Amino acid sequence: MRYILPLVAFLVLSAFLYLGLNLNPHEVPSPLIGKPAPAFSLPQLQQPELQFSAQEMRGKVWLLNVWASWCVSCREEHPILVELARQNIVPVYGLDYKDKAEDGKNWLEQHGDPYVLSAADREGRVGIDYGVYGVPETYVIDKQGIIQYKQIGPVTPQVLNQKILPLVAELNRK
Amino acid sequence: MIPEIGNFCIIIALLLAFVQGVLPILGAARSNSVLMGIARPMAVGQFVFVAIAFFCLERSLLTNDFSVLYVAEHSNSELPGQYKFAALWGGHEGSLLLWTFILTIWTIMVAQFSKHLPQEMVARVIGVMGLISVGFLLFMLFTSNPFERLLPAAVEGRDLNPLLQDPGLVIHPPMLYFGYVGTSVAFAFAIAALLGGRMDATWARWSRPWTTMAWVFLTFGVGLGSWWAYYELGWGGWWFWDPVENASFMPWLVTTALIHSLAVTEKRGAYKSWTVLLAISAFSLSLLGTFLVRSGVLTSVHSFATDPARGIFILAFLVIVIGSSLLLFAWRAPKIGLGGKFNIISRESMLLSNNLMLSVAAASVFLGTLYPLFVDALGLGKISVGVPYFNAVFVPLMVPMVLMMGLGPIARWKQASVPDMWVRIRWALGCSVLIAILLPLVMGKWTPMISLGFLLAFWVITTVVMDMGKRLSGREGGLGVRLKSQSRSYYGMQLAHIGVGVFIIGVTMVKGYEAERDVRMDVEDTVQAGGYEFRFDGVRQQTGPNYSASQGRVTVSKDGKVITQMFPEKRVYNASGMPMTEAAIKPGLSGDLYVSLGEPIPNSNGAWSVRIYIKPFVDWIWAGCLLMGLGGILAVSDRRYRVLSRKTKVEAGDSPAGEPALVMEGKTP
Amino acid sequence: MKRLLIILLCVLPLFAYANEAKDMAEDPVLEKRMIGLAENLRCLVCQNESLASSHAELADDLRREVREQMKKGMSDQQIIDYLVARYGDFVLYKPPVKNTTYLLWFGPFLLFLLAAALFFYQMRKRRKTMLDTTLTPEAEQRAAALLNDHKDNQA
Repeated sequence: MRYILPLVAFLVLSAFLYLGLNLNPHEVPSPLIGKPAPAFSLPQLQQPELQFSAQEMRGKVWLLNVWASWCVSCREEHPILVELARQNIVPVYGLDYKDKAEDGKNWLEQHGDPYVLSAADREGRVGIDYGVYGVPETYVIDKQGIIQYKQIGPVTPQVLNQKILPLVAELNRK
Repeated sequence: MIPEIGNFCIIIALLLAFVQGVLPILGAARSNSVLMGIARPMAVGQFVFVAIAFFCLERSLLTNDFSVLYVAEHSNSELPGQYKFAALWGGHEGSLLLWTFILTIWTIMVAQFSKHLPQEMVARVIGVMGLISVGFLLFMLFTSNPFERLLPAAVEGRDLNPLLQDPGLVIHPPMLYFGYVGTSVAFAFAIAALLGGRMDATWARWSRPWTTMAWVFLTFGVGLGSWWAYYELGWGGWWFWDPVENASFMPWLVTTALIHSLAVTEKRGAYKSWTVLLAISAFSLSLLGTFLVRSGVLTSVHSFATDPARGIFILAFLVIVIGSSLLLFAWRAPKIGLGGKFNIISRESMLLSNNLMLSVAAASVFLGTLYPLFVDALGLGKISVGVPYFNAVFVPLMVPMVLMMGLGPIARWKQASVPDMWVRIRWALGCSVLIAILLPLVMGKWTPMISLGFLLAFWVITTVVMDMGKRLSGREGGLGVRLKSQSRSYYGMQLAHIGVGVFIIGVTMVKGYEAERDVRMDVEDTVQAGGYEFRFDGVRQQTGPNYSASQGRVTVSKDGKVITQMFPEKRVYNASGMPMTEAAIKPGLSGDLYVSLGEPIPNSNGAWSVRIYIKPFVDWIWAGCLLMGLGGILAVSDRRYRVLSRKTKVEAGDSPAGEPALVMEGKTP
Repeated sequence: MKRLLIILLCVLPLFAYANEAKDMAEDPVLEKRMIGLAENLRCLVCQNESLASSHAELADDLRREVREQMKKGMSDQQIIDYLVARYGDFVLYKPPVKNTTYLLWFGPFLLFLLAAALFFYQMRKRRKTMLDTTLTPEAEQRAAALLNDHKDNQA
């Protein structure tokens, strides 16, 4: 009887290994989902004399997209954001992460500026508060200032249509 | 043309492996001598064709044939020759070819050195190894072909990862693979025993040398990997409990349990089903390691590029091989029989407890390595399990095992006498406790962990020395005659155990007494560390075969006298632009001096940040591994494995299960 | 000539002036504490390295963050909580003891107990089911004779 135990244990293990094939061990899920978006106040990239604070966005559903001029994958998702901004479904705000102001501005000129505005996080401290570890990352924040979703990596059309837009619509209804 | 030949050879090898895998096993089941006789020729044939494929890929590498995708991805025309050769196993596809090649080598070794074994056994063993070959060859052909073409051909290769451009790459993977693949021999013997439904002491005697050799290769392989990480990665660590390190450590732990278990099965006929299970587990863990490295399931510094298709294939292979062997085990193990009786205090019971502890240790490493996967798969979040966990769990498990290492060899088979043992160990115990208390004070710092380390290390060493002293004294004759009175098997065991003691001394010393200085050094600045004075003499530019380097010079003195000059480097490789730190190490019997360059300090006159480490007795870690391996080699060369090869041919009949062998006091263990 | 020599001798020490190298860290004690803590934290970019050894920019930033918090007087546990709040348990190399990790932390110990139980169970069972190989008196005598014989040969 007990001789069958090793086989049983192994089959259980195999089931886990199979599940594991579909997981991504590198992805770090955010513990901030369902929690208030950390407060911050940063100078705006295009108009440094003005500040931007997450508090201002209370009452609105919005996207916070973390980007940088040195980020290669950001170029992949940028056209999608530009298109999204053009359609005016949900406001997209940028967080220019660890970038020199000049570089950031030039990059937006080159690739288009989908953002209502971008906040300049030169030292990356706000990024740390938001748990940013790999640009690009995008947060969906609701009217109460709670983070409802975090996209790690570039926003693809699939993610946009299947996850982000439906969520935004739902949050807007509330 | 050559790559196509290589590809073709793999296909032929697959066909031969298939024949080798299926027919002899069928033949053994039906006692068909012709079918069984196919095993050896097929094994040779498979070896030949896989060897040709191996040399085809080498030729493509050495002639910079960038029309072969693998060569373009892992090599470069400026790469030094030995690294072009070793680049064969620098990537996933090639390393599979190496695995398969080594498997065919082991197979023909078994085919050659098994003339004294009964035909059914040989047929089954070679058959099982053939089936494993089938799996790997299929894997290569369907998902990971090293001969895939890149058309149009690349102008230049992408270069081998600079971290791998090191002598370590030339020896560590082959050595380790010889170990991994060697566990398949023990596995094949176990399956053969299950299939034949018969397992007696002679089976254990036959499979023991093969298993010990596999263990030796694993020991050297893991040790080399640790040493390589130490001098290559630039900051002095030598073991990180990284998933792939664990994937090599678990088979080692289980194979260690296996060689001890085989000793009992050979001597006393006991633990048969347990031994078989260990043999299956050792190989299963080797295969599991292969899976973990190539499937992307775990984050690891060693991972090859991942691909879901490959993951599925290996998983399927794993399930088929391990699943069917465990099924066979569940079905046949009850029939094998239980073996001789022994007391609760006896060498058998100590070896059993040692095996159980090694298994618990392996299971703990397994749990820690795979737990993040379990938690993630169940949707319970993401966690990391790292060094603090493994140290907290593994070290306490080691303590009783090492204590047992001193007791086991002096306990008698079947029934040990506690008063007798106490007389023999009390001096050893006294010495080790004394050293454990005093040595840290001599070294300058006392902590409980350091003391524990010394206690364990010297316990092992003193018990070995005292046992050898007892066995060699009280006899007539000069030293030579007395030395010959004990078998090589005995000396091998003692040497290997001493190796463990030496290893523990190294670990304890390094962890207890290492020192580090991270300083800014202008030219001519000095820093004191570990009783030495290090003077920074500046950095100059050098050019290597395929890199450019900033080479620092550090002069080391002690008490005003210059001892050596060290040359740490910061390299940038031409092909990839990748930077790499090459530490300068001065090894020594009592410790290493380890210097690595950090970054140049901006706006200074040639100042750099420099890291200096003093690593006391760190080389004893790998010296211990070396001694362990040498002990294994010594044990395998025991003449009874050679002499009896003639005798057992005559006597190869059954010995009834459960009959204890007469063992006389003072003879070989 | 003599004056020149004297001037030269006075100036010479200036050339021989070499410093004892300063630690890279401003505060070596704090640095040691920071590195000690960082060694048990995972770098999120180079996930195979600890926060102490990683060269990634984020690792630099996080080390700076930990240093600043230590200067502010926060305890190790507070800093750990700070990082976990932002990055989750993944950042800890020493997994926290909570209900999802009970099996992890207590598993090895449980396995050990299981092994011990198995061991004693096996011993008891063997005593009951083993063929007892005690010899008959004649066999004993023969064995004794043989052994004595062998001992004589060995001596």
